Amino acid sequence: MADILVLVEHRRGEIRDITFEMLMKGKTLSEKTGKPLTALLLGNDVGEMAEGLKDLANRVVLIEDPKLENFNSEIYQRVLGNVIEQEKPFLLFIGHTAFGMDLAPTLATQMKAPLATDCTDVMVDDDQIRAIRQTYGGKLNVEVRLKPAPCSMVTVRPASVSVEDYSLAGEITRVTSPLTEEIASKRFLEYVEAAAGEVDITQANILVSVGRGIKDPENIPMVQELAKSLGATLSCSRPVVDKKWLPKDRQVGTSGKTVKPTVYIAIGISGAFQHIAGMKGSGTIIAINRDPKAPIFNVAHYGIVGDLLKIVPALKGKISEAFA
Amino acid sequence: MEIIVCIKRVPETADADIVIDRTGRDIEKGGLVFDINEWDNYAVEEAILLKEKYGGSVTVISMGPEEVNETLRRALAMGADQAIRLTDPAFEGSDGYTIARVLSQAIKPLSYDLILTGVQTEDDGYGQVGPTLAEILGIRHAAVVNQIEGIESGRTRVHRELEGGLEEILDLELPAVLTIQTGINEPRYVSIMGIRKVAKKEIKVLGLRELAMKPEEAGEPGSLTVVEMVSFPPVGEGAQILEGTMDEISDKVVTILKEKGGVA
Ligand SMILES: Cc1cc2nc3c(=O)[nH]c(=O)nc-3n(C[C@H](O)[C@H](O)[C@H](O)COP(=O)(O)OP(=O)(O)OC[C@H]3O[C@@H](n4cnc5c(N)ncnc54)[C@H](O)[C@@H]3O)c2cc1C
Repeated sequence: MADILVLVEHRRGEIRDITFEMLMKGKTLSEKTGKPLTALLLGNDVGEMAEGLKDLANRVVLIEDPKLENFNSEIYQRVLGNVIEQEKPFLLFIGHTAFGMDLAPTLATQMKAPLATDCTDVMVDDDQIRAIRQTYGGKLNVEVRLKPAPCSMVTVRPASVSVEDYSLAGEITRVTSPLTEEIASKRFLEYVEAAAGEVDITQANILVSVGRGIKDPENIPMVQELAKSLGATLSCSRPVVDKKWLPKDRQVGTSGKTVKPTVYIAIGISGAFQHIAGMKGSGTIIAINRDPKAPIFNVAHYGIVGDLLKIVPALKGKISEAFA
Repeated sequence: MEIIVCIKRVPETADADIVIDRTGRDIEKGGLVFDINEWDNYAVEEAILLKEKYGGSVTVISMGPEEVNETLRRALAMGADQAIRLTDPAFEGSDGYTIARVLSQAIKPLSYDLILTGVQTEDDGYGQVGPTLAEILGIRHAAVVNQIEGIESGRTRVHRELEGGLEEILDLELPAVLTIQTGINEPRYVSIMGIRKVAKKEIKVLGLRELAMKPEEAGEPGSLTVVEMVSFPPVGEGAQILEGTMDEISDKVVTILKEKGGVA
């Protein structure tokens, strides 16, 4: 009781990375506060998954039901409301993902639980929970205090915790599903896969990536020229796709592709976490941005501060000479 | 089809030099340019497209001071029919939950089939207000919607955007709150002429009393989370900034690419 609870996120038989990140964070807090760490697994026929999680928590609470085959926030909320009443957790972690964004706010409201979303860190001192979250597209850190409550909730930003090996040798507790009747007000129908595009940016050795800072689609050929002079592939941030300036298969980030090229050149991209999560594994990152405080410079190895409309053509000239 | 869209006027900060204010809990908003939150612009467009397809009306609601009228007028110029502004000094310091609470009080007396919000705002980025609003109103919701297939017999089929390009299709009972993702449509252009045309349109203004709320239910007292302080994120190792003339910088990049880049 009064555990730190981590809601396991999985999809199509695979545990998602955010789960391990939350367990890692939960373990650190568990050591500090002496509160046990519990992984909460809802699904259909996921016993094997529970076995795999045993080592990472003091306890795995397992609830299986055919109605839990696919994620559905309403069905999850029904089950979790029950679990929270019984377990009375101190703190519940959910991922700040498409899954958590659909579930955490309504669950918190139902349970009257304080909720801090999209947190990059969580601290507990004398049962006082504080969280760090970012605002203004990652340009500001905000420290938030959660008012005291029987249960509090936090959604965790993906890739904000680095995971290390540990072993807690926990046990599995099976809890009977509280679901009785069919819930028909919200129905999961099917998954739709991303359409295969004409280029695979994940295979590129060098990516020249363009963001909203390009301002006008007429400026894109200029970046394309730069890419060509390097034998690089052109990629982009989300707004460039939203505006239909480049096709979806070029998008880097959480809702696009995760890339790890040898060199990634980010041009006019601010560095929102959804973008960074898709490219921070690149070998060498060079960022061009006129805002010296753009978050992209926190992950880049090299930065050029200035107007991309001047820098890109100059760079292209030199590169064409050097690599002709 | 009665549709309500909740929108927010936000400062544009991607390009701006932001400064922490004297309270240490927010930034100076003084010199910043404000506009409709990017996600909300797509939500307004989606509402108008639905109205064009199914008939009905679109009501836009926003919280904030008088300047917010500008954002509401922009939505009216896009094709919304009514605008409501919620304002009261007591709203200051509201968290995501309390913002939803205030919105719900304004929405309860209205009739609606759909409520649209943006997935999140560019400033606070809670990604919380839409679904919370649904829970308070006791209706259905779907977050991160990137397609509304259609509406039929009191239900709607929507696509929710998941990670890595994957989507899921849901079938939802109405009324419902949908939080709208960018790229779902191509928001129409708003001309100065268009804004002029709606300049005289009435904007209904509601405060704490009209919303039947007590001061302790709003702002910081009514909130479950409280901002303690803000700071600039640690830079980590940070990038090595290349300096010099354009020529010198370009030479440095060429050297870096030769060393690291595998460029022949
Ligand atoms: C659920 C969800 C999923 C998302 N998935 C993704 C994703 O997969 N990929 C993604 O990229 N985003 C994604 N986003 C959006 C993300 O939050 C940001 O909105 C987006 O990444 C911003 O793109 P940007 O950096 O190109 O634009 P902005 O943030 O507008 O940045 C533009 C930058 O260009 C600079 N600039 C402007 N003019 C110039 C100039 N002349 N010279 C030099 N620099 C200039 C500015 O200083 C600024 O830093 C997602 C958001 C949500 C809510």
